[in-house]
Amino acid sequence: MVDSILPVVLDQAIVRKEGRQIVGPLNLTFGREGGCSILVGPNGAGKTTLLRLMHGLERASEGRVTWSARKDTVYARQSFVFQAPVVLRRSCLENIAYPLFVRGVQREKARAEAAKWIEDIGLAEVAHNDAHVLSGGEKQKLAMARALITKPDVLFLDEPTANLDGASTQEIERLIASAVQSGTRIVMATHDFGQARRLATDILFMYRGRIHEHAAADIFFGGPATDEAAKFMKGDLLI
Amino acid sequence: MKFRTLITAFVMLTMTTIAASADEMKMAVTTSFHNSGLAEILLPEIKKDLGLDVHLLVVGTGQALKLGQAGDVDAILVHSRAAEEAFVAKGFGSHRREIMYNDFILVGPKDDHAGILTVKTAADAMTLIAGKEAIFVSRGDDSGTHRKELALWKSAGLDPASFTGNWYRATGSGMGATLNTASAMNAYVFADRASWLNFGNKGELALLFSGDPVLFNQYAYIPINPEKHPHVTKELAAKLETWLVSAKAQRMIGDYEIAGQQLFTPNAGTLDSDS
Amino acid sequence: MNDLLAGLMAAIDLIIHLDRDLVEISLRSLQVTVTAVFIASLVGLPFGAWLAVTRFRYRRLAIALLNALMGLPPVVVGLVVYILLSRSGPFGVFNLLFTPTAMIIAQIIIVTPIIASLSHQSMRDLWYLYHDLLISIRTSKWQRMRTLLWDGRRSLLTATLTGFGRAIGEIGAIMIVGGNIDHLTRVLTTAIALEVGKGNFPLALGLGIVLIAMAILINLAIHILSRTEREGTW
Ligand SMILES: Nc1ncnc2c1ncn2[C@@H]1O[C@H](COP(=O)(O)OP(=O)(O)O)[C@@H](O)[C@H]1O
Ligand SMILES: [Mg+2]
Repeated sequence: MVDSILPVVLDQAIVRKEGRQIVGPLNLTFGREGGCSILVGPNGAGKTTLLRLMHGLERASEGRVTWSARKDTVYARQSFVFQAPVVLRRSCLENIAYPLFVRGVQREKARAEAAKWIEDIGLAEVAHNDAHVLSGGEKQKLAMARALITKPDVLFLDEPTANLDGASTQEIERLIASAVQSGTRIVMATHDFGQARRLATDILFMYRGRIHEHAAADIFFGGPATDEAAKFMKGDLLI
Repeated sequence: MKFRTLITAFVMLTMTTIAASADEMKMAVTTSFHNSGLAEILLPEIKKDLGLDVHLLVVGTGQALKLGQAGDVDAILVHSRAAEEAFVAKGFGSHRREIMYNDFILVGPKDDHAGILTVKTAADAMTLIAGKEAIFVSRGDDSGTHRKELALWKSAGLDPASFTGNWYRATGSGMGATLNTASAMNAYVFADRASWLNFGNKGELALLFSGDPVLFNQYAYIPINPEKHPHVTKELAAKLETWLVSAKAQRMIGDYEIAGQQLFTPNAGTLDSDS
Repeated sequence: MNDLLAGLMAAIDLIIHLDRDLVEISLRSLQVTVTAVFIASLVGLPFGAWLAVTRFRYRRLAIALLNALMGLPPVVVGLVVYILLSRSGPFGVFNLLFTPTAMIIAQIIIVTPIIASLSHQSMRDLWYLYHDLLISIRTSKWQRMRTLLWDGRRSLLTATLTGFGRAIGEIGAIMIVGGNIDHLTRVLTTAIALEVGKGNFPLALGLGIVLIAMAILINLAIHILSRTEREGTW
């Protein structure tokens, strides 16, 4: 056992799609210091692609992404929550327990663990109902619980509250904060500056596939160093 | 969980095995024999006397011979003398045993616009039908009945291959299907008496001509040669043959009637030579 | 019109008196078809899932081929099975021609591509939804297939029932390889053909009505059984 799969290092990493370079080249490190790194930037900047690249859902066309542990350990100790929650066609409880099933945890043990989580996200009453009848916010909470049940070292979140109302957003943020508390490193994309202010330890401003600025949250919000970031914060359209 | 129950039920239904009984053999018979209904009289008696289940494959003579040739049946009961003799000569059958005969008939529309009702010979009837170009439905399936029909045209000096117009129609199917077609078209048709009498969809059709000795239809029993196909049940085939030619079976065949008409004339006794 | 009425009467008569032959051939129809569909599902459903989660060079070709096989002419299947199982064919020694087993084999060949193809279609749609998540959770290929098969079980049931519908009404192949032998290989469809041949339309129609009723009943029964599990519809 290693105590963390971090740091992860991106070295001249580039992602191309259909001949077009959509991300990179990027040189980035996420270390063991914990906290919540937040990616901001306009639509199409490459935030999703970057998260997927680190998580292994996209391949680097050039350069590399290096983790600090063996491949299977790295794979086992990170999770991803998608912008549009993916729910399995099963009960809520089975949805949450699913990653444990996949890891070969005994069924009953996995369900008991999932039951704790479902309590925590306030869905205990519908534990045995089909997950697809949940509201958007409930589905996203379910996805959060499913991502956290494996106690990952790193959790990637891709605009997890983009389609949610205030109350749901608050609950998701509570889950994120408590994950940070328990030592999970969060790397998250968001559109919501308020959210970034509330959660971020550091901010990465992304524009046209590149990181234009990477700074501690208080420094970034105190006044971005680059013109693009400043314009973006003021709400100007970046093209 | 109900879904699992469903799957279990499915498996159980599937696993119920197919029971096999003791003595059984397969025999290919012609449609005309089967349509007569005689099998339903004979088979239970065979089961009673010999403890033998005879499974019948009802096919045309051509396919029956083919089945015998491949060794897929233990015996055949057909009616096409020349083909049977060739079959035995080639060594596929061990011998040919005549059992009984029935007869072929000409059926046609009740108004008989070809006028075959009063003619003396089958050949004359065929000549009239062709002369009037009255619609005629043929089996056209290389069965014993079809071969017999072709022989009749030939005896009248005619050749169906040269018929023009579309009054001569080959269905390429069994007796039943051909009779159904004739009934629908109100056409003339060449059939065996048994199939006709048991046929339930006569419509406007009637029996118009029969009795010419050339229409007699000899049935023969041929056990498959075990030298060609060692797996055939030689003893059972022999037992069945003995039974078919027995006085009891021959009496039953002669006594069998449909609508008051005798269908078959038993004439067993003549055992053809082995080659 | 008279024939239709007579057929209905014949069907009612057959069912009310629970005609012994009718019960026998109906059960045989069921046995042959259920066995064939069960085995075809065992092969076809996982194959469809496998095809959905696997990328290989000739995948498109394989899918096109599978779809084409859905339309396999039963008569040709029957003929090929016949030649293979014939005493003078390669599998002659097993003595399977003109047995229910031969009919089951022919039906498996006809139905497996249908079940596999329908399975692939619904597994592919589900895989599209699940793709990112299952890769993110680092499932093995086997786990992916199991997840898709279990979560998609309702549409797979439909695929299986489609196969059942095709098989129970099939005659071309089973007539050739079964031979329509009374008390051995006669099933509803071949019995119908036989009665048509005898010009006995009412009885043929009666048997046809029994066949259709049976197919409907089986479908209903399975749907009701699988619905009671949960309220939801996927
Ligand atoms: N599979 C793909 N094929 C082609 N272009 C893609 C693909 N995925 C993403 N892109 C493009 O890459 C750019 C970055 O996309 P994305 O990472 O989703 O941005 P963001 O999440 O910041 O809005 C966009 O212009 C998008 O159109
Ligand atoms: Mg995005």
